[in-house]
Amino acid sequence: MITLKVNGVARQFDGDPEMPLLWFLRDTLQMTGTKYGCGMGLCGACTVHVNGAATRSCQTPMQAAANKNITTIEGLSPQANHPVQQAWENHNVPQCGYCQSGQIMQAAALLKEKPKPTDADIDAAMKGNICRCGTYQRIREAIKEAAAAKGVKK
Amino acid sequence: MSQLNRVELVTRRGFLGGMFGAGALVLAARVLPADVLAGTAAAPAWSPSVYLGLDADGTATIVTHRSEMGTGIRSVLPTILAEELDADWKRVKLVQALGDAKYGSQNTDGSCSIRDFYVAMSEAGAAARMMLERAAAAKWGVSPSEVRAQNHQVVHAASGRKLGYGELAALAAQQPVPGKAELKFKPAAEYRYIGKDLPTIDRDDLCAGRGTFGYDAQMPGMVYASIERSPVFGGKVKSYDDKEALQVRGVQKTVTIAPFKAPHLFQPLGGVAIIADNTWAAMKGREKLKVEWESGANASYDSEAYKKSLQETARKPQKVVRNVGDVDAVFATSARTHEAEYYVPLLSHAPMEPPAAVASYQDGKVVIHAATQDPQSVQQTVASVLGIDKSKVECHVTLLGGGFGRKSKPDYIAEAAVLSKAVGKPVKVAWSREDDIRFDYYHSVAAMYMKAATDSRGKPLAWLQRSVFPTIASTFAPGAEHGADFEMGMGWSNLPFEIPNHRAENGPAKNHVRIGWLRSVSNIYHAFAVHSFIDELAHLAKRDPVEYLLESLGSPRKEVIKEEGPLGKTFQQDIGRIKRVVELAAEKSGWAKKRPTKGRALGIAVHRSFFSYVASVVEVVVDAGGRITIPRVDIAVDAGKIINPDRVRSQFEGAAVFGSSIALMGEITAANGQIVQSNFHDYPVARIHEAPRVTHVHIVPSQEPPAGVGEPGVPPIAPAICNAIFAATGKRIRELPLSKHKLL
Repeated sequence: MITLKVNGVARQFDGDPEMPLLWFLRDTLQMTGTKYGCGMGLCGACTVHVNGAATRSCQTPMQAAANKNITTIEGLSPQANHPVQQAWENHNVPQCGYCQSGQIMQAAALLKEKPKPTDADIDAAMKGNICRCGTYQRIREAIKEAAAAKGVKK
Repeated sequence: MSQLNRVELVTRRGFLGGMFGAGALVLAARVLPADVLAGTAAAPAWSPSVYLGLDADGTATIVTHRSEMGTGIRSVLPTILAEELDADWKRVKLVQALGDAKYGSQNTDGSCSIRDFYVAMSEAGAAARMMLERAAAAKWGVSPSEVRAQNHQVVHAASGRKLGYGELAALAAQQPVPGKAELKFKPAAEYRYIGKDLPTIDRDDLCAGRGTFGYDAQMPGMVYASIERSPVFGGKVKSYDDKEALQVRGVQKTVTIAPFKAPHLFQPLGGVAIIADNTWAAMKGREKLKVEWESGANASYDSEAYKKSLQETARKPQKVVRNVGDVDAVFATSARTHEAEYYVPLLSHAPMEPPAAVASYQDGKVVIHAATQDPQSVQQTVASVLGIDKSKVECHVTLLGGGFGRKSKPDYIAEAAVLSKAVGKPVKVAWSREDDIRFDYYHSVAAMYMKAATDSRGKPLAWLQRSVFPTIASTFAPGAEHGADFEMGMGWSNLPFEIPNHRAENGPAKNHVRIGWLRSVSNIYHAFAVHSFIDELAHLAKRDPVEYLLESLGSPRKEVIKEEGPLGKTFQQDIGRIKRVVELAAEKSGWAKKRPTKGRALGIAVHRSFFSYVASVVEVVVDAGGRITIPRVDIAVDAGKIINPDRVRSQFEGAAVFGSSIALMGEITAANGQIVQSNFHDYPVARIHEAPRVTHVHIVPSQEPPAGVGEPGVPPIAPAICNAIFAATGKRIRELPLSKHKLL
C-alpha cells in the first residue's frame, strides 16, 4: 500500500506501483487539471509539485511518490488566486488552455526558487513546457508581472 | 454581407425543452442554408444557427454552437448577439450546443465562425431588443420611439420608468417578430463589447485547471481503451495474440475494430483494442499485444523516393489552373530567367491534447462527449459506422486542447462508439501522443517549381508556377490526384502580382497516408513558394524587397477570384488592402532603418487567405554556430471588422509560433510505409526559447465584412523567416524545415 498526500489530503493506492502519478491523479482521483501530453516528460503538461519541486507526473511512478506531498493545479491556491494565476488572467494567457496547468505549476516553482527571474531563467525553466497555441510571449510577460508582485486581477 | 446569412426570426416557446424557464422569450435566428451550406449535401430545410433565451430572472442564455479550441470563439460569437441585445454580459449564460443540423454549420474550421455568423448573431440580438422595447412601450402606453434598451433594461427617459429584461421577457414574447427590414442596429460608437478586449468565459477556469477537455470527459461505469492500428495506412489485421496482454493487471479484454471501407472518410482505421480499468492498464496491455499485419498497397511508401517523384512531376507541364497572357512566348525570347524549386514536407497537427472521446451505446442510441471541431460530422460518421440514424447520436462538445484541423475528423470518436457497442459499457478512447503523430490526417507534402522572366530592371514579365501534392480530396474520392479547387484557391490560382504573363499549374500525386487540412492548409506550401520566389527576384534585381513587393503588386485594383465559402461568391481580392498591410508591417517593424547586417536581418512576406490580408516582417538572428533566433515579428492584419482585438492579437501571436515550428523543425516522414516520428523528441515543435520572442500585431481599422483570423497568420511566417535568413546569410532556403540545413 502506497500512501501520499495530494493537496494536503492523505491518499492510498494499492495498484501497480509502476503506474505514473499522472494516471492516479486523473483516473483514480478524477482530478483532471493535470494533463497528459506526451507520456515521456517532453512537454510538461503533466507538471505537479512533489515536495515543492516541479515534477513531470507522467514520469513519476507511484512508488516514487510514496510518502510525498503532491500539489496539483487544483491545490496551488485555495481560491485559484496564486500570483501566477492572477498574472495569467491579467494577460489573458490561455488560448486552448490545455497546457496551462503545467505552465502555471512550472512558473510557480520557478518563482519560488528565483523570485526575480531573468529572461534566460525563464527560458531555462519553461522550455520543457510546450504550448502548441503559442502563448509563450504572454507566459513570459505574466511571469514577470507575477515576479513584480503586482498581480491584481482586472 | 447581408446576403451571407438570411435570417428569419421566429418565437418558439418550449422549443429548447427545459433549457429555459416557462414564459421565457426564446428567439431562434435561423440561417437559411442555401447560402451558408452551399455545395454541401443534406442542407436541412430549417436550420437555426443562433438561440437566445431570456428567463424571467433576467438571465440571457445564449447557445454557443461553435467549438472552442483556443480562438475564444465560443465566447466571442455570443458577444455580437449580446451587443445588439444591449445585454449585460454578466447576466449572459453561455450553453454549448449539442451537435445538431438545426444550428447551421458547426464545423469550426476554415476561420469562418465570425464571418459566417456575424449577421445571424446581430439580427437575433437586434430583434430581441426591439421586441423588449415594444413590450415596455405597450405596457407604459407610450410610443416605442420614446423608449430605449440600455444594459439589460428598457428605459422611458421622459418619465424615468424602467423595466428589466427579465420582467419584460413574457411580454416581449407576445410581440410580433420584427421583419428583417425593420431591424435597427446599434451604431458602432455605442458598442460596449464589440471592439473591446472582453475576457473569454473560459479564461479563469483554464487558469485553475477546471476546464473539461475531451481527455477529461467521464461517464459512469466507463472503461478505457487503447487501440493498436496498422502502422501502414490501409493495413489489416492478419492475426493477433492477446495472451500476455490479458495477463496485465486491469486489462479486461480485447476487441477488434473492422478496417475502413474506401473512401476512408472519417472512419476508424481498424485494429485491436485493449479494454481496461484505467488508461495506464490499457497502455501496458497494448505493449504486450502481438499483432501481425497485412500491410497492403502502401507498404513501400518512402518519403525520399516520393519527394523525387513529386519534384519530377513539378518539372513537367501539368494541368493549368490559371492562365494570363503567354509565359512560354516570353520565356522563349527572354535573356533573363530564373528558376527555383521549393519543398515542404508532411506535417502533423500535434495539438497538446491528443484526440479523445467517451461514448456510450445503449439501445440503438449513442451519447458522446468529445473534443471535436464538428459535432455534426460526429453524428454523421458514427451513424454511418454503426448503421443507425444520425438523430440517434447525441454529441456533447467539450473544450478542445487545440484542434488545428485534426479534430474536425472524428475517426477517434467513431472508435469509441464502435467499442462501446461491442463491450456494452461507456468507453473512453484517449490517444497516446504516439497514436496522434502516427495516425494523423497529415498536412500534405508538396513540391513547387517556379520560373520567371524579368526585364532589364528586374521587373517580372512572365511567371510560371507548378505545385504537386497529394490532395485532401483523396479522403472523399479514392484516386483523386489533382489539387481540388479549394486547394488551388489557397494561394495558387490567385497570385496577387501584376504580371502580364502568368500561368499556375497543378500536377497529380497519389496519397499513401490520410491527408487533411491543417491550420491554413494549402496556403502553407503555396505561400512558401510564391513569397520566397518574389524575394529571390527582388534580390536578383538588387532591389529592396519591400519596394519590389509593392511594385510587383502593382495598381491598387480589385480582382474577382474563386474562393470557397459564402463570402467567396462576391469576394474581390483587393490589391490596395494587400499593399496597405505591407506598408504597415514595414513601417511598424522599422524596415527602412534596420539594414541587414551579417547574421541579423529582416524578411517580409504578405499573403491573403480566408479573406484576410496579412503581412509579416520577421527579424532573424543567425549566430556564429548557425543557430537561429527570432527576436521580433511584426504582423499587419486587415481582417475586416474586429469583434475582440485581444483574441485577434492572440491568434496572430500564436500563428507566428505555429509558423515558426513549420519553418524551423516540422517534418513527418515515412519509411517502409510507416511514419517514422512518434513524439516530441522526433517531431519537435517550437518551445519558448525557439519561438519569436516578441510578436507585435498591428490591426488595420476596418468596417469591411469580418474575415478569418485563426489561420491567415500562419502562411507568411515561413517565407518571411527564410527571406530574413537570406538577407542575413546569403543562403536561400528552398526546402523546409530549416533544421535540415547548415546555415553557416
